[in-house]
Amino acid sequence: MINEESVFYSRVLTETTLTFHIIYATLGVGVPLMIMIAQWVGIKKNDEHYILLARRWTRGFVITVAVGVVTGTAIGLQLSLLWPNFMELAGHIIALPLFMETFAFFFEAIFLGIYLYTWDRFENQKKHLLLLVPVAIGGSFSAVFITIVNSFMNSPQGFDLVDGKLTNVNPLLAMFNPAMPTKVTHVVVTAYMTAAFVLASIAAFRMLTGSKHVYHKKALFFTMKLGLIFSIATAVIGDFSGKFLAEYQPEKLAAAEWHFETHGEAPLIMWGMLDENNDIKYAIHIPFALSILAHWLPGAVVTGLDQFPEDEIPPLYIHYLFDTMVTIGMGLVVLSLIYWIGVKRGWAFIHSKFFLVLSVLSGPLSMLAIEAGWWLAEVGRQPWILRGIMRTSEAATTNNQVDLMLMLFCGLYIILGIGTIVVMSRMFKRNPVEQELKDREMEKGGVQK
Amino acid sequence: MNLEIIGISVLWTFLFGYIMIGSIDFGASFFNAYSLIVEKQHILTKIIQRYLSPVWEVTNVFLVFFFVGIIGFFPKTAFYYGTTLLVPISIGVILLAVRGSYYAFETYGARGHKGYALLYGLSGLLLPASLSIVLTISEGGFITMENGAPVLNYWILFTEPLTWAVVLLSVTAVLYISATFLTWYANQAGDSEATRLMRKYALLWAFPLIITAAGIIVELRGHNPDHYEKLMSLWWMFALSFILFLLTVWFLWKKRNYGSAFILLVIQFALAFFGYGISHYPYLLYPHLTLYDSFTNNAMAISLIVAFILGFCLLVPSLYLLLKLFLFNKQYVSGK
Repeated sequence: MINEESVFYSRVLTETTLTFHIIYATLGVGVPLMIMIAQWVGIKKNDEHYILLARRWTRGFVITVAVGVVTGTAIGLQLSLLWPNFMELAGHIIALPLFMETFAFFFEAIFLGIYLYTWDRFENQKKHLLLLVPVAIGGSFSAVFITIVNSFMNSPQGFDLVDGKLTNVNPLLAMFNPAMPTKVTHVVVTAYMTAAFVLASIAAFRMLTGSKHVYHKKALFFTMKLGLIFSIATAVIGDFSGKFLAEYQPEKLAAAEWHFETHGEAPLIMWGMLDENNDIKYAIHIPFALSILAHWLPGAVVTGLDQFPEDEIPPLYIHYLFDTMVTIGMGLVVLSLIYWIGVKRGWAFIHSKFFLVLSVLSGPLSMLAIEAGWWLAEVGRQPWILRGIMRTSEAATTNNQVDLMLMLFCGLYIILGIGTIVVMSRMFKRNPVEQELKDREMEKGGVQK
Repeated sequence: MNLEIIGISVLWTFLFGYIMIGSIDFGASFFNAYSLIVEKQHILTKIIQRYLSPVWEVTNVFLVFFFVGIIGFFPKTAFYYGTTLLVPISIGVILLAVRGSYYAFETYGARGHKGYALLYGLSGLLLPASLSIVLTISEGGFITMENGAPVLNYWILFTEPLTWAVVLLSVTAVLYISATFLTWYANQAGDSEATRLMRKYALLWAFPLIITAAGIIVELRGHNPDHYEKLMSLWWMFALSFILFLLTVWFLWKKRNYGSAFILLVIQFALAFFGYGISHYPYLLYPHLTLYDSFTNNAMAISLIVAFILGFCLLVPSLYLLLKLFLFNKQYVSGK
């Protein structure tokens, strides 16, 4: 029995929760690593500015983590509340990484608490830095385990279905499914990349609004350099993700690429429009690129949508999600590369207002790319919740009150979102970095006297 | 001992952990809000924030652990409880959000909004009330099957005295546990004013606690005689629990051994909680679901238990470090 209305609202509520949660989750995975590197550089170079960078990031990070805990608990419960039939099936096969995730989360929460409340309790700064290692590891491993669950939804294995009954369940085989390597690395590395660019935006924003302090210059150079490294890594892994899709989820790649007919020497189509006959207009064609993306070779045959029954094809608008993600990703590689070369070569151009505006945009844009990526991953799997095994419509709850809950949660997310922005901007405005640097010097001076 | 029992024991233990440390957290927020109203907050706020702020995320993980674990060990619960509990649990999530955002926005950010503190205190009472509904529902009689899907009947649920007995117990227990713990904590901190106040609250809530607990047993007799019978066969656990309760109150009364008083309280609640849990066996949801027909396959069960043991080895030393720094470190506790 399927309750159409519940299916629809369950989808909308899950999309809303994920869209909101992923902002906090991404920062939660990426920012601790940035703090760790900054504090390490600060200790090594004996540079007060990097230490302060770490301290100020931590203060902001705590707030995003706290909201992330709330939204994470919400999505964790909503999985069972909105998709009970899916969770009943999934519980049998893929519960292991979900369970492991709680341990990673436990680990992270414990050490974050300790790290936060012990800033000045250690004589040796290095010992304090060590406390951050489990936080960063815990955060990254949370992402690893949850993404394993998601990769299982895309390429389920590790069990047999005989007359609707599950047999031969192998939890490890389910975890190490074909989608897992590319998906996990992609999620983790893009989180690092996004965190780097978000922090770069903040530094660029302060410079743009008139602060001449060398602190912000150091912060921008530091984060842009990390952003460059992680965005190149993202591009490489993205290429492997394409090859995974071509092999195991060809309908997702074909829909994202508007690749209707199976043929070789396939071009990569960027942007453009579809007319009523599904002809592509105004698009940029990059010759052979899709064949290379899918199978390494310019002549390789790429499976098109003609190979799939109509009711198993994902919606075609995912093409734009794919394009958004790729365009932003590539743009950020170029932006951070120009900046890095510019600093090395002493180009004046990178200190111009125009370039700073672009740098401010890098954070919001990379977050947009994360959103587009997750929408692509989730919408591109439709109509399946568990590819080839269970349809989304069969998985949803039959409860009639989902629409009410949707409104309730929308209200909650709006309040949490506004609250985050207000509290963070108030916190940093009241205590600008120039002031804090002065205060810290005074404190030290006081001790010496 | 079979895998089903191991699974439910682990989960029940973690749920107990959540109930204990969660109660401290919930009750503290209520006392904090109450002291704001009667303008005594200078006595409490500091003590509460020194203890609560570093550990609340850990508290929350106990809850996450429980609900992720129960889907892992007993996937069929997702179908029965997931379908029916949409509204109560969603409300619970909203209340959790109020609490989480209070920590995020008020204590880490700029503090001091009075309305927020009151809301936060109120959520400390409403959250245990909304979560405890799940225990009531598990007693059966509120879920019917319609077209093969379970449906929760709210009218029956909210007109049933047992529901309200459980809600009352959850609230009194939260206040009693929290006050007793904070008495000890304030005493550790050498704050005699706060100790005196919390001791007063602890003694104040001790009597209502035992009345509501007894009330549940009476209500259960009418609602689920089968469960009541099994509960009575474990009478010695509850009797022992009651004796420990008297000892705790006696220590509090005599103003001594606050630490032992709290340990006795933990054992008291453990006995009652496990007594209740054991008598619930084998049902997860009367009469639809037992441990055995909802259990996962053997391969998953064994790998979950292995993961649990490995995770536990990682967890125990870290938890120990946390407690050592924030609970047993006299300098930190007293704010130095």
